[in-house]
Amino acid sequence: MSTNAIDIDVERETPAGFETEEMTLNMGPQHPSTHGVLRFVVKADGEVMRRAIPDIGYLHRSIEKIAEKVGYHGFMPYTDRVDYVSAMQCNQGWAMACEALAGIEVPRRGEYCRVIASEFGRLASHLLSVGATGMDIGAMTPFTHAIREREYINDILEELCGARLTFNYMRIGGCAWDLPPGFAKRAIAFLDRFEPLIDEYNELISFNKIYVERLANVAIVPPEMAIAWNLVGPNLRGSGVKYDVRKDAPYSVYPELEFDVPVGTGERGTLGDSYDRYMVRMREMKESCRILRQALDGIPPGPVIAKVPRTFKPPAGDVYVRVEGSRGDMGWFVVSDGSAFPYRVHIRTGSFAAMAIIEELSKGLMIADLVAVIASLDIVAPEVDR
Amino acid sequence: MQQFADSLLDGGILAGLPRSLGYALVVAFFAFVLLNFIMLIAGVTSWLERRVWARIQSRVGPNRVGPQGVIQWLADGIKNVLKEDIVPTAADKLLFKAAPYLAMIGFFGAWACVPFGDGLIVADLNVGVLYITAVTGLVVVGILMAGWSSNNKWALLGGIRSAAQIVSYEIPAAIAINTVILLTGTLSMQSIIRQQGWAPWNWFLFDNPFTFVAFFIFFVALLAEGNRTPFDLPEAESELVAGAFTEYSGLRSLLFFLVEWGNLYVIGALCTTLFLGGWQVPAFTDNAVIQGALQFVVFFAKSYFLVFVAMWIRATLPRVRVDQLMSLCWKYLVPISFVNLVGAMLWVVAFPNGWMPARVVMFLFGAALVLYFFSRVAFHLRRARPELTFNPIS
Amino acid sequence: MDAADIHRRLREQLGNLVSAELKLADWSLCDVKPQSVAEVCRFLRDEPDLAFDCLSNLSAVDRKGEDTIEVYYHLFSYGHRHRLALRAATPRPDPILPTVSHLWPIANWLEREAFDLLGVRFAGHPDLRRILMPEDWVGHPLRKDFVEPEEYHGISTRRESLLKL
Repeated sequence: MSTNAIDIDVERETPAGFETEEMTLNMGPQHPSTHGVLRFVVKADGEVMRRAIPDIGYLHRSIEKIAEKVGYHGFMPYTDRVDYVSAMQCNQGWAMACEALAGIEVPRRGEYCRVIASEFGRLASHLLSVGATGMDIGAMTPFTHAIREREYINDILEELCGARLTFNYMRIGGCAWDLPPGFAKRAIAFLDRFEPLIDEYNELISFNKIYVERLANVAIVPPEMAIAWNLVGPNLRGSGVKYDVRKDAPYSVYPELEFDVPVGTGERGTLGDSYDRYMVRMREMKESCRILRQALDGIPPGPVIAKVPRTFKPPAGDVYVRVEGSRGDMGWFVVSDGSAFPYRVHIRTGSFAAMAIIEELSKGLMIADLVAVIASLDIVAPEVDR
Repeated sequence: MQQFADSLLDGGILAGLPRSLGYALVVAFFAFVLLNFIMLIAGVTSWLERRVWARIQSRVGPNRVGPQGVIQWLADGIKNVLKEDIVPTAADKLLFKAAPYLAMIGFFGAWACVPFGDGLIVADLNVGVLYITAVTGLVVVGILMAGWSSNNKWALLGGIRSAAQIVSYEIPAAIAINTVILLTGTLSMQSIIRQQGWAPWNWFLFDNPFTFVAFFIFFVALLAEGNRTPFDLPEAESELVAGAFTEYSGLRSLLFFLVEWGNLYVIGALCTTLFLGGWQVPAFTDNAVIQGALQFVVFFAKSYFLVFVAMWIRATLPRVRVDQLMSLCWKYLVPISFVNLVGAMLWVVAFPNGWMPARVVMFLFGAALVLYFFSRVAFHLRRARPELTFNPIS
Repeated sequence: MDAADIHRRLREQLGNLVSAELKLADWSLCDVKPQSVAEVCRFLRDEPDLAFDCLSNLSAVDRKGEDTIEVYYHLFSYGHRHRLALRAATPRPDPILPTVSHLWPIANWLEREAFDLLGVRFAGHPDLRRILMPEDWVGHPLRKDFVEPEEYHGISTRRESLLKL
């Protein structure tokens, strides 16, 4: 079956002299393809797109301005909403930025709790992403299975911090609460159940011929393009660039933990196509399970939070901290002027760049591919608009 | 039906009426009965689809309205009828309102030739199969009208995709039908069934390798004609909300959905008639009524089994993209079905009355496939993991 | 290469365009003359030893006290795995900087965001228009002296005190 993106000439007039107009379609902010409020103005010639121009800002909540009003401690719940699909890593980013400003060191047990929470968040986020990719391609069953597993993770994290989506678990200087008794036992029970299931989901959908044909060779991003467009995370690794902030610019206790960084290999198409990005996420789930087992095994005793004053006034300066979120590294740029309120907060997210690159990638794709590309780049609207 | 009408007019209830009026009354009566029956089947099929989907997706599905949710479709139907009837201001009003009825006519007309039993058929036309194939083409017109008149670019795209898909897949379907017609020599539905037997090795499915392949081609082509996954891009929920039917609400959208689910049953019925032996049962009793009831049940069970397979496929497989769909039809199915047809012709020339050893071999092959399938099911059942329950106190 | 060496190379090649002091940190920072941002960035990207092929972040900060708007560029190199931060200060009443969107395509959107939220204009940008706020919004929200308009298309932005019953 033909799977290559169609090469189109921008021809306005056919030889007979008819002018074939291009259609302007609006894939509006409300759309069943569930990645949040995103809007595309699609200029299409029948089924084949000329350009898909993204229009963002529908979920802009001015979180960065709010930071200047609520202070350092008060901003922690807002960071959950920056990427509510994997909120733990956003918490960690903000906490690390504030700790870098003030030179606070987090106790080891606190770091381990952070790693455990982040990796569970990464599992949950990848499950949702993989399921949503399947659903957008048309297979509805993997989505419900993935949500079922995600519910178990939500149960575990609810034990930990009381919330199932916007956790607000971390604080500047550590974590809010220690692990409840028996947590490790239940977490390991879940991991024992879940790890073989990843293989089962793979058998269910990943090697299905229709699925591969829909994703392979679609929206190929060569490594240089990925770097120039600042794609991060699984998008970047799917293009073959082996870079993971946890390994290459490590923070927290990641240097003590052993794990691999899966990279796209162009196994079913070309390197950097949608299938590679999808498989990188599937493999990252296995690596997260590895990290979790090591962390749960080796967690040291002690306090989980350092002593941080109630009115947090870091010295004046600026800091740019990167955290490996589920959608790639999030850059937290915080400027402090010595007062109790941040002077400027800027969050540079992975989905922002992914939205930007869609306009470039969409030339020559079919409308049905646009949905697949959005899903494979794992774009969530709150990250794009903040 | 002609004889039935004549018998009523000559000596029965309608004696004394002019002939044409009598015929009209009988036709109206049968149409009414059939319409009710079809609505019931379409509704129950929708309930079955939702339960089957839900169990495959590890959910429960509708189970509140009535025992096990069996009359959920009735509740949904009443709700739809009571909804506000919205016609977009810029839509072409006449076409917009007429489209669902055209689709209904196309779909409804096919039921006149569906054989439920020996004599349980509304009209045993001598061109039965051809008639069904022709009349279901009206559904395309209905969908195109719906897509165009909605004044909505996405609906238009959905309508055009749907029309292209249905029209293209008529061809492999028709050629696969021809493979069977070579064996029967007649297009009448009842004659096709009468030439098969109740035992599986007497079905046309196992008659020769070429009809075996033709069955799969036919089933896939009919799935595409019914806009079922993996060919449901025209109504892909992820992109086009509901494709050609986006702007429809209330009773009109209900009609479209009934057409879709009823079509599913027609798919099953056609496949059963042509390949799976129809209503053939071994002769148990002399009582015509009991025998008729048994035939009805058998036909129903066979076609519903194929409906179940179609639902199963829908819950499992992703969608095929439009250009891949077209290339599948024209580059793969059409040549394969032509080769198949030529092979079937040669077979009929070589064995004018069929060849029993071939039937037995094909039947054993089919049985081996089914056994292999069940062994895989058992393997996965043994490997299944129990659900976790979390009790934070334990 | 570590940050001090990179800074030395910059001073050797471009002299006064780059400030003499380098603030050492995780992302070491040096100031750049605002009009020469594009030239400095082009050198940083194209020089094979430096090869800064990724613009990791572009943030604008409103320094009301000093009457400037500072724009920070965080550059990263995947080839050499080293990093550098640049800072360019523009006068607050009329902030203009040359664009770098021809060097790194992501700068297109990042600069649009800086323009939208802080009003920094980028000369040579192919499509400088608002990205997050609606097209007809007036004002630049992240400025320190931004006053929210009373209403937007008839929707009031004021509300009664929540303490009233």
